[in-house]
Amino acid sequence: MMIASVQTLAQLRGIHRRYGSTIALDGIDLSLQRGEVLALLGANGAGKSTAIGLLLGLLAPDRGEATLFGQAPGALVARRRSGVMLQSAGIPDNLRVAELLDLTRSYYPAPRSVADCVALAGLDGLLDRNYRRLSGGQQRRVQFALAICGNPEVLFLDEPTTGLDIDARQRMWATIRELVAAGTGVLLTTHYLEEAEALADRVVVLNRGRVAAAGTMQDVRALVSQRRIRCLSALDVARIAGWPGVRSATRGHDGCGHDGSLARIEILTDAAEAVARRLLAEDPALGELEIQRAGLAEAFLELTRDPADAGTATDQKEAA
Amino acid sequence: MNASHAIAADAAAAHSSLRSYLLEARYECLRLLRTPSFALPSLLFPPLFYLLFGVLLNKSSGDAARYLLATYGVFGVMGAGLFAFGVTVALEREQGFLIYKRALPMPPGAYLFAKMAMAMVFAMLISLLLSILAATVGGVDLRVSQWLLLWVVNVVGVLPFAALGLYIGTLVGGQGAPAIVNILYLPMAFLSGLWLPLKLLPAWIAQLAPVWPSFHHSQIALKVIGMDAGGSLALHLGVLIGVTALFFVLARRRLAAG
Repeated sequence: MMIASVQTLAQLRGIHRRYGSTIALDGIDLSLQRGEVLALLGANGAGKSTAIGLLLGLLAPDRGEATLFGQAPGALVARRRSGVMLQSAGIPDNLRVAELLDLTRSYYPAPRSVADCVALAGLDGLLDRNYRRLSGGQQRRVQFALAICGNPEVLFLDEPTTGLDIDARQRMWATIRELVAAGTGVLLTTHYLEEAEALADRVVVLNRGRVAAAGTMQDVRALVSQRRIRCLSALDVARIAGWPGVRSATRGHDGCGHDGSLARIEILTDAAEAVARRLLAEDPALGELEIQRAGLAEAFLELTRDPADAGTATDQKEAA
Repeated sequence: MNASHAIAADAAAAHSSLRSYLLEARYECLRLLRTPSFALPSLLFPPLFYLLFGVLLNKSSGDAARYLLATYGVFGVMGAGLFAFGVTVALEREQGFLIYKRALPMPPGAYLFAKMAMAMVFAMLISLLLSILAATVGGVDLRVSQWLLLWVVNVVGVLPFAALGLYIGTLVGGQGAPAIVNILYLPMAFLSGLWLPLKLLPAWIAQLAPVWPSFHHSQIALKVIGMDAGGSLALHLGVLIGVTALFFVLARRRLAAG
């Protein structure tokens, strides 16, 4: 118990929170441990930013308890041990980067040196620049520097790499890994599934204010039994779509084969073995058979699909 | 682990906020000095108006130059307080900066302290510029104690307008704030007798004047140079303190509600 309380940096227990008649969080539990990256995944409106707002003390729960370092979030002492990067910081645009760092570092008891901040966040040559004159990606890196400048034990990153190019994103990932290796706990929300994949020790998938799945990335994927079958076949996709266990069957645009009778077919299924057996039995000429576990993207869509919602996968992808 | 945990907690608790207060105030001033759309009108309009109406167009007497020194001082700090608070708070609220600041370990009160300090710095500069103009080209001759007192009245007198501006900033968005501030600022200045003495204006305007905080501020400034309407100092101070307290309380309530 003692150990747990020391290792646990941030915790939500049985949290309910609504905005007017909209339920943002409907009884969620989560905890962040020292030295781990916890990724919060979910579509817009799933409750990710509300969860962060509660842990930062920006919002109060209607029911349940939020704690940061075992205290009520929002206490100055707790905030002095946390770093934060919000989705939009609204930073006043006519200060220089060095001035923003100077001010934010003054809030913390043992801040990182400016040189360290520059190196970790990739701010070389930006210190004397006006924040307003920076590109979106550069501003995001400054916000990251402000989040880590206080040497925080816990780091809240709300969609940190939005607007970054691939190099900058990978550099930020490397820095986050470095901080985590040194014991920092990181709570990350992201729309980029590869980001969760690259960084997270654990993921929590939120859907409409509830925890839809939690565990390691592997756990979350295993929860989804769906697999994808690809093959080259002359079978009629409409007929395949009617087979038991098949969720969808689609035909590629271009016919192929010597007489154009074969088509690329893609099948999403919960019963890959049975469907593959039937495919081979019904079409002896079938070729290029491929079976894949659903990627995280599909796992994610599957987890966040509302049973009551008849929306297509494309809609879901846009919402995500 | 437990030990380092406790050490981190102790260090966090013991950290002094003083430097943050000072830096916050310094950068707030720098930010606004670097914003020409705020700094230029705030710092230059009162001296320019004074130069025009108190010196160049003033053929009559030294009285007008003295009167307008006091009232343009009030006009200047009123603008600094209203705009510096009203517009910046509205923008920062709208753009999410206030929420970000609440998530950061900024010491409580540093935000308002910095803005108050900034408004007072602008008030000092405005008052200083006006005094230099009055003493040189305006030919105004005051005792040292009067110059100093006038300066103090202006610098402290920015607070009721800062409070009013703050409250406006919590009510309206960044686009609406300048409009609302101007709608209050210019008529209030005129109706309080800051541009023309009240005795030159229709009687009903003079009767209505005690409604405006700027009237009470200007009466205190005029008292320093012996040109006030003879009202009680305690009443003028009481109204200004009341206005300051009322709008700070209202604004804090709005800010706390998020």
